[in-house]
Amino acid sequence: MSDTFDLIVVGGGPGGYVAALRASQLGMSVAIVESTHFGGVCLNWGCIPTKALLRSSEIHHLLHDLGTFGFSAENVSFDLPKIVARSRGIARRMGGGIAHLLKKAKVTTFDGRAKLAGRAGEAHKVSITKDGAEVAVIKSPNVILATGARGRQLPGLETDGKLIWGAREAMTPTELPKRLLVIGSGAIGIEFASFYRNMGSEVTIAEVADRILIAEDPEISAAARKAFEKQGMKIITGAKVGPLQKGENEVSTTIESASGTVDLTVDRVICAVGIVGNVEDLGLEGTKVQVDRTHIVTDGFCRTAEPGIYAIGDVAGAPWLAHKASHEGILCVEKIAGRSPQPLHALNIPGCTYSRPQIASVGLSEEKAIAAGHKVRVGRFPFMANGKAVAMGETEGMVKTVFDATTGELLGAHMIGAEVTEMIQGYVIARTGELTEAELIETVFPHPTISETMHEATLAAFDGPLHI
Amino acid sequence: MATDILMPALSPTMTEGKLARWLKKEGDKVSAGDVIAEIETDKATMEVEAVDEGILGRILVQEGVEGVAVNTPIAILVEEGEDVPDASTAQTPAVALAAEPVAASIPPASTKAAPKDESSERIFVSPLAKRMAKDRGIALGSLNGTGPNGRILKRDVEKGGNAAPVAPKTTPATPVATDGDVKRVPNSTMRKVIARRLTESKTQVPHFYVSVDIELDALLALRSKLNATAEDNSFKISVNDMMIKAVGLALKKQPGLNVQFTDAETLHFENVDISMAVSIPEGLITPIIRNADQKSLREISREAKDLAKRARAGKLKPEEFQGGTFSISNMGMFGVRDFAAIINPPQAGILAIASGEKRAVVRGDQLAIATVMTATLSVDHRAVDGALGAQWLNALRDIVQNPYTLVV
Repeated sequence: MSDTFDLIVVGGGPGGYVAALRASQLGMSVAIVESTHFGGVCLNWGCIPTKALLRSSEIHHLLHDLGTFGFSAENVSFDLPKIVARSRGIARRMGGGIAHLLKKAKVTTFDGRAKLAGRAGEAHKVSITKDGAEVAVIKSPNVILATGARGRQLPGLETDGKLIWGAREAMTPTELPKRLLVIGSGAIGIEFASFYRNMGSEVTIAEVADRILIAEDPEISAAARKAFEKQGMKIITGAKVGPLQKGENEVSTTIESASGTVDLTVDRVICAVGIVGNVEDLGLEGTKVQVDRTHIVTDGFCRTAEPGIYAIGDVAGAPWLAHKASHEGILCVEKIAGRSPQPLHALNIPGCTYSRPQIASVGLSEEKAIAAGHKVRVGRFPFMANGKAVAMGETEGMVKTVFDATTGELLGAHMIGAEVTEMIQGYVIARTGELTEAELIETVFPHPTISETMHEATLAAFDGPLHI
Repeated sequence: MATDILMPALSPTMTEGKLARWLKKEGDKVSAGDVIAEIETDKATMEVEAVDEGILGRILVQEGVEGVAVNTPIAILVEEGEDVPDASTAQTPAVALAAEPVAASIPPASTKAAPKDESSERIFVSPLAKRMAKDRGIALGSLNGTGPNGRILKRDVEKGGNAAPVAPKTTPATPVATDGDVKRVPNSTMRKVIARRLTESKTQVPHFYVSVDIELDALLALRSKLNATAEDNSFKISVNDMMIKAVGLALKKQPGLNVQFTDAETLHFENVDISMAVSIPEGLITPIIRNADQKSLREISREAKDLAKRARAGKLKPEEFQGGTFSISNMGMFGVRDFAAIINPPQAGILAIASGEKRAVVRGDQLAIATVMTATLSVDHRAVDGALGAQWLNALRDIVQNPYTLVV
């Protein structure tokens, strides 16, 4: 086997493995180095296994609402280890799928940790170690760093794997905590809060900002808060979490906020307070690669300051989303191959939170659009007025659109409610293709679907909605 | 069956033209290949041939009408004995006119350089960009699409373009109107194009200028010797011919100026195609000497004369004046000491050549007399930086002052 490749990818997550597959498609010889498991956090400890858990919790919720649909059942119960086992099984199965795809694409895989080890002529050398011993040195003129990120550890809130959980512990519980504190209300915190609340835990969310889901439009944040509180969650915003006092099998703390001080004792704490990039031990110190607050600095084509070194996905900065990583992997490889990819437009990357209700958005919030100098037209449409949503028993939700009043550009779309994570792509296509309100209005939406709310929310911003 | 004859697109940049002259009258019999009209476009007058036979039933656009949009019906062709409709029959398939010259032969460099035309070529544009361009009065054809497959996007419109072509006027333009002491001369198509393109260049291309004095004595001596070898005056090489060659060689030696800037990338051209500015009564046109670095002085001389002659007669083919990679403007014949030229977009450089004149020069510590010419280079700073501009001018000076490389 030759030790020289057209491309070396460091990290086998949704950024790295997709980059490797695309490079192989374009005829490059590719090596990929992965230390733990293909699929990265997304597939093994993130997106996919949590979706499996959330599906179970959604069913649990429905089982408690059977009467609405004309059913009755007694002694409905669940077996938490089985729910977790299903989630783990799905992660394993998807990971195996990636190994197969890489093999089929003739990508050479290396098991170990990669580190840049200087140059050999034009090529970069990458040293691979396993259990502390160097197992290979490979070379390529192009190296993509796709090492991902990990949960941020704040002083005093460090996860301990027992009482204070990170994402891993939170998705492999052996028993359901009766009382749970979730610190942080980004997508990860909210999804865990939603899972545990739907499974029956008493959930408190503490968020340092003045609203939950800070990345979303404030109106959507408020609607989400209302929905979660209706489900019985306690939400404290502007929260200052005091020292965590660990007992034998419980944690006590004091949370200060504008609405007063709360003394709280819970069984478990989930800490979801952001992300730091995995930039350590990559051999960056011998290169011109710039690191800014744990993230590698790149340009629109994922190039670092060191020629031939690229970075994609979480390690290259926000938004920390698998689809952003994959897309960057593809455009980065296409650029290397001399094609003319389009740089990634941050405002065209959708964000999804798979709680109940779901939340999805793309583009600018209304307030950011106004701050950016746009004269806006805003449309809103509630699920309550949509036939399919009513038939499904999913009347909690709304769609909000923000258009530029002058040009008709769809500046942003914000959705909350059932299935919105599946629907947001419609607006993403509109943004990517630079459609205006005219094309959206002209589009025939199928009836009856919840997606008709997307049409109505566009009409609402212009001529007025028809069904309200 | 009556068919419409449409205003043809004679070049990829053409959106409208002037119907200069009808060569056939209503009722004349027309065969395929007959020249039926002359059309004046941006920069040239071209003959229009019929592709079908029949009777020229009705002329819809009279001679002298300006701003006739491409694909507007200009006449109706009928079969012998057929009634002539009063107006264009939009339902019947239109007969396009074969136009000589044919635009398809334009080389790749110009395809990139030439703005897209709205009427004759499909333009890929997002709905948002289309609406914004319309609102701002920007012609889509003047925009450089940077999206997938050259699709014009919002960002391209925001970077600006040129005003949209005006709707065709239905009445012939009055050539000159007198208004008190002011004589009002309607701008010709060419005047409008010059105004638009040079405004675009001066407002959108950050120019910088570098000048050098170049001694011409060696070049003039070589020129005399070369011309003395011409039997029967079969050729006569001018200083301009030699400068075209010298610029060609300098661009080959320092290819950094043989470029074109676009937002996404800078295009580096293999071929050295030199546009030479030729003054004509209506304005200015820039026919191209292609591969000037590879041609002999004799070839350049012959081509330059032919192109200049046809340029003045308004008979250049589009590919003969579209798509050069660098320009020369020579005002040597007007006795000027120096001047700076405006870049001819999308090129990145133009060399302004002033008159050669005897000047006092210092050699060592002695005064001497030499024939000196000041050449000023205008450069697009987006693509080329100052040092490179200076190096290129030095390379040019070396070639001109040691002119044997022009013939070796």
